Amino acid sequence: MATGQYVPHAPGYVDSPGEKIVTSRFVYDDSYTLERYEATGGYEGFKAALQKAPDDVHSITRDATLLGRGGAGFPAGIKWGFCPDDVWPRYLVVNGDESEPGTYKDRLLMELDPHQLIEGCLIACYAIGLTQCFLYVRGEMAVAQQRIADALNEAYAKGYIGQNVLGTDFSVDIVLHWGAGAYIVGEETALIESLEGNRGMPRLKPPFFPAAVGLYGQPTIVNNVETLSNLPWLMNNGADKYKEFGSETSPGTRMFAVSGQVKRPGVYEVEQGVTTYEDLIYGNDYCQGMLDGRELKMFVPGGGSAPWLFPEHVKLPLEARPVGAAGTMLGSGAIVIMDDTTDAVKACLRIVRFFARESCGKCAPCREGTSWEEKILQRILDGHGRPGDLDLLLDIGDNISPGPYPVAGFEAEGLEPVPFPPRQTTICPLGPSSVAPITSALRRFRHEFEAKIAAANETSVEVIA
Amino acid sequence: MSRLSDANVALAKDIIRRYPRPKSALIPLLHLAQEQEGWVSDEAMAHLGELVGVTAAEVRGTCTFYEMFKLHPVGKYMVNICTNIACQLLGGEELLHHAEQTLGIRAGGTTNDGLFTIEDVECIAACTEAPCIQVNYRFGLRLTHDDFDDIIAALRAGNTPEKLITANPGEVIPSHGTLGLSRQVMTEVQTTHIVAPEQVTEAPVWLATSSKDS
Ligand SMILES: Cc1cc2nc3c(=O)[nH]c(=O)nc-3n(C[C@H](O)[C@H](O)[C@H](O)COP(=O)(O)O)c2cc1C
Ligand code: SF4
Ligand code: FES
Repeated sequence: MATGQYVPHAPGYVDSPGEKIVTSRFVYDDSYTLERYEATGGYEGFKAALQKAPDDVHSITRDATLLGRGGAGFPAGIKWGFCPDDVWPRYLVVNGDESEPGTYKDRLLMELDPHQLIEGCLIACYAIGLTQCFLYVRGEMAVAQQRIADALNEAYAKGYIGQNVLGTDFSVDIVLHWGAGAYIVGEETALIESLEGNRGMPRLKPPFFPAAVGLYGQPTIVNNVETLSNLPWLMNNGADKYKEFGSETSPGTRMFAVSGQVKRPGVYEVEQGVTTYEDLIYGNDYCQGMLDGRELKMFVPGGGSAPWLFPEHVKLPLEARPVGAAGTMLGSGAIVIMDDTTDAVKACLRIVRFFARESCGKCAPCREGTSWEEKILQRILDGHGRPGDLDLLLDIGDNISPGPYPVAGFEAEGLEPVPFPPRQTTICPLGPSSVAPITSALRRFRHEFEAKIAAANETSVEVIA
Repeated sequence: MSRLSDANVALAKDIIRRYPRPKSALIPLLHLAQEQEGWVSDEAMAHLGELVGVTAAEVRGTCTFYEMFKLHPVGKYMVNICTNIACQLLGGEELLHHAEQTLGIRAGGTTNDGLFTIEDVECIAACTEAPCIQVNYRFGLRLTHDDFDDIIAALRAGNTPEKLITANPGEVIPSHGTLGLSRQVMTEVQTTHIVAPEQVTEAPVWLATSSKDS
């Protein structure tokens, strides 16, 4: 729907059949402007919310079972209810730090529809009495920062934000804040530390979750960009209508970024629980099959932290419950497809290296463990693997995440399912995440690791002799 | 090398006012210092400490945690090449090697003319458009090696490379340190009265009135 001067601002989104709750404006080349936003129902949801009592707005969100889209999938309406009754002020922190490997959706929402996100923030603030909102955008997203800055300036000028919004007694400030490059800052307590001007290191929780003790020790709601972007539609259409889409436990739609070796990688908004991985990978409306007609070997089902899935799992619907029951998670909606030319050791190393680089260093099992995992995998890949290396890898993993680790395909091996999330000796789940690619790759492709180690030892014998 | 300019001090004070506590402004202010100089010097950190009321050591503590802040001069163009999993599968590492060879430097290094620094970076949220790079945080997507060379040639010639995406068509790629080209502007008239949390003790008025109604 071009208006004559198409500029491919944030390519990657691919339109597909079905209701679009958060990406409905992506088909316009001027989707990010206030004119387009207002011409397509923009700020109507917020105005409708202002007509209702704040409690009612909260109830609609709770009734809709709007699940968090940042990774953990916790229902937003319930989280909002965790703010202690009489502690003021309360803050909203928007998590726009998107950096989980494979994840690409929040940047699209921020670049292509910043007003929708701002409207979502306004609705949340009104519902639960949050007087200031900080929009924490990943540091590396210069264009998103620019778009949001422009959108905030427009929205302030129009009286949607600020003192006595639209002549009501609702007053709020939304401040654009941005980071400076650190994946761990996406973890909500690290995000809060960073917003306080500190090193972005997670806080221990429990006992205190941000909704009770967050920014400056005050009740703080941390929500993901996509979660909040659902609110305008929800206010316009109501919880019942929302629940007509998706499944009973995961209503609505979700954005999935499908990357890797497929014909048409892209970001798709689909109904939860209805579409399957198979639809996304092979469907004509989606990725249209594997690149160069090759075979699927494995795939990351929900971000670098998620245990891998294999060809026998493609029929799983894109929904938190069944994917969780299969021993992994939907996480941040990042699906990375790998074909039969992929070296399992190399892929595993690359994901582990990410965690080693991004560990904040606060706890020893993660700081030391992830870097040893990386070193050992690197030497296996480089042809210097040692005979005990695989056990050593698993042992290091066990130090970070003791006991059985969730892994897909346990049924086939006659094993008991291990529930997600895994156990941890660390402050946050980053350390345990590094174990996911290792256990996944080793369970399925141990022979690839062993072959590399065997070859290494043959060579070294020759060298000595 | 230097403290913030007078204009930037004014901007810094405006930014500090947006936060209930001044230290929260530290990361945006570090970006401001980096925008002015291209990197963050000791003197700039000391100055920021004065502005937000913390020691220079505390500023350094925050600054050194974040990868984007450079403690020494870097190229005018920071070229970040993603080698994380989705990009690796489609040639991200090969693109990095190509960049290293064409520019004659290793990842982490800067060309002798001070124009380019290359970095091997983690996922930059463009995974479906692999292999991808950022130049001063503007994206280049689905790049071939030739595309990469074109980008470098255009930057050397002082042009905006066609393959780099900006917020508005044809926008120049600013020197390293400048992020979004527009800023949020908050004037006294529009905003609520932002105060330290301890100065707020009551429920916001719209909640209080609505609970009275119901
Ligand atoms: C290591 C780590 C990184 C995370 N990164 C992000 C992120 O980049 N974006 C995000 O929204 N949530 C991220 N999360 C999840 C947040 O902690 C938090 O659960 C989420 O922002 C809450 O929002 P939601 O309830 O709306 O999903 C991360 C969590 C962990 C443990
Ligand atoms: S698990 Fe790793 S990233 Fe998380 S707090 Fe500990 S050291 Fe930091
Ligand atoms: S893996 Fe390269 S952008 Fe995400």
